Amino acid sequence: MTLALTVGVLVAGAVYLMMQRGLVRVVLGFVLVAHAANLTLMAAGGTDRRGEPLGQQPDPATTADALPQAFVLTAIVIAFAITIYLLVLAAAGREDDDTDGPTGGDMGGTDVGPHLGEVSTVGAGTSRGAADAEDPHEGEDPDEEMRHRDDVTGVPS
Amino acid sequence: MTDVAALLPLFVAGPIVVAGALVALGTRAARAAQAVLVLVTAASTAGAVALVVSQLDGPVLAHGVGGWPGGVAIPFVADMFTALMLTVTGLLSVVCAWFAIASGEAATRSYSPLVLVLLGGVNGALLTGDLFNLFVFIEVMLLPSYGLLLMAAPGGATTRRLAGVRLYVLVNLLTSTIFLVGVGLIYGVTGTVNIAELAGAAQESTLVAAAAAVCLVALGIKAAVVPVHGWLARAYPSTSPSVTALFSGLHTKVAIYAIYRIYATIYDGDEAYLWVGLLVFSATMVVGVLGAVGERSTRSILAFHMVSQIGYILLGVALFGPLGLTAGIFYLLHHMIVKASLFLSTGAVEIRYGTRPLGQVTGIARTEPLVAVAFFAAALSLAGLPPFSGFVAKLSLVLAALDAGQVAVAATAVAVSLFTLLSMLKIWSGMFWGRPTTPGALEEAPAGMRLALARLAGDHREQATVLEAQRADTAPRRRIGVALLGPGLVLALVTLSLGLGGQLLLDLASTAAAGLLDTTGYVEAVLAP
Repeated sequence: MTLALTVGVLVAGAVYLMMQRGLVRVVLGFVLVAHAANLTLMAAGGTDRRGEPLGQQPDPATTADALPQAFVLTAIVIAFAITIYLLVLAAAGREDDDTDGPTGGDMGGTDVGPHLGEVSTVGAGTSRGAADAEDPHEGEDPDEEMRHRDDVTGVPS
Repeated sequence: MTDVAALLPLFVAGPIVVAGALVALGTRAARAAQAVLVLVTAASTAGAVALVVSQLDGPVLAHGVGGWPGGVAIPFVADMFTALMLTVTGLLSVVCAWFAIASGEAATRSYSPLVLVLLGGVNGALLTGDLFNLFVFIEVMLLPSYGLLLMAAPGGATTRRLAGVRLYVLVNLLTSTIFLVGVGLIYGVTGTVNIAELAGAAQESTLVAAAAAVCLVALGIKAAVVPVHGWLARAYPSTSPSVTALFSGLHTKVAIYAIYRIYATIYDGDEAYLWVGLLVFSATMVVGVLGAVGERSTRSILAFHMVSQIGYILLGVALFGPLGLTAGIFYLLHHMIVKASLFLSTGAVEIRYGTRPLGQVTGIARTEPLVAVAFFAAALSLAGLPPFSGFVAKLSLVLAALDAGQVAVAATAVAVSLFTLLSMLKIWSGMFWGRPTTPGALEEAPAGMRLALARLAGDHREQATVLEAQRADTAPRRRIGVALLGPGLVLALVTLSLGLGGQLLLDLASTAAAGLLDTTGYVEAVLAP
């Protein structure tokens, strides 16, 4: 029951975050929903009728099922990798993220916002608004890099 | 036969190990990497053809990795359906690799390794006989795709490109999570995720049916079935032509393959839920084709069109029976080839003449006759006209629908074909027909001014375009070389030969359908010690 309630709360939080406009919040929503999925997998192992896998004479019928745990381990690794990739996308293409509102600084109005802004921008101590002001200089780098890379491939448009 | 079956994991391990080696060698193997890419994809195709031959009269091949007994081991299974899919997957990888080399895209350092990992993931997803491993292999296939999407995107329109990539990654991550939850629910109810052990389980227990339905919904999103198709038409055009062709041939098709496999095995073709499929897939056909009419560039028309075609393919599973499954499998293979051909032919034009809205580059039929022929053949095949494979595919599908008494579905399928032709004509008249565009007339501003502006803005691509256009003023007008138009043309020839010699593939598809209808061979091969 505890697991089911936790999954419910996690999914509710995830849906709320996914409905936000900023990509970083959406990514956090995905982190939550990945946890919810992992807990569902754990519950599938029959946590209500099984105990810990240790002891003198472990009985296969009552010890924890190892397979869902292996599933969860795999799923965590995969979700982690994709989350990192998403965060890179959020940071690299921040200035042309058309999902952000016209006034990006307003995004940090609530408690979560400013911290997230820091994660994806320059570093700690900079407010979201200051980070936005720096955009023109910062924005050049990934763009330039892209163009340069296109040149390397030698594909004329 | 078990000795031969032990080679099955090589389809996965081979490409991935080679990809790892290429990454380790780095720039030292830059030239060799392209040759290795072609070699490995060709080897995968050859292996798959050998599998098809072995499946003509042989038993289903299954191998439990690590030699564990059936039910415990992680199984790799190959029946006729798998073998056919592996063959077309390999063929498309070879052709797309060729196109990428011709267009210079494959010269990027990470292109070859990424495509190889993608191939390994797709092969694994096709071969695995275990739901959780299906999830893992789909992820193995998706991770390099994310990289390819970003790396191979055309320059310039940064915002649109990144938006497409973000959308693609987010949709796929959400879908994979839903699929994972479905797998967890199935495990919770039955205590196994082995597809062979689950055979028929959904027909016996509604709990299993509900759990497997979660998986099917997730696969439906990955296959871009209406009403969850929106991501595809937005994400696919935001990358390079060769990558779009590769994705269109492989990604959604793996999901379709899994839907066929799961419905045939776990549900045992349960008739109780077929009406859902008929309804949803008919809607997919109609919405996809209408959406394509409203699009403005060749690739977004083609991408939206895929949604419509996916409806046709999945109709085969909704008309569960020998005729329906045969038609569906034939359609699936035909579609992978034709769609890639269309993306590659128009992609060749895009690479040499630039990505522009439809109607700005015209008269390709006169300047590049061979590209026009390749496009025309594939477009007619897509619309379902003889003598191409599309005709055989659509005819057998409509006959199967009539045989099942679904007159409305058959009528929809025929009507949608007409709209398909309409969109193809739109591309034809917008890009191939009319007076050839002279390079100077592309933009109002004189080339010299554009060049100066581009230099000021530091836009290297624009400079390259203008310089090339200036060169082309004096050079011969034909700008697409044999190497670049070859891939689309080869695939167009394949669809022509599959249309003329359709009986061969129909026989193979009917063997594959028989394997889906009677899953005992599959189950016994997997569970045998």
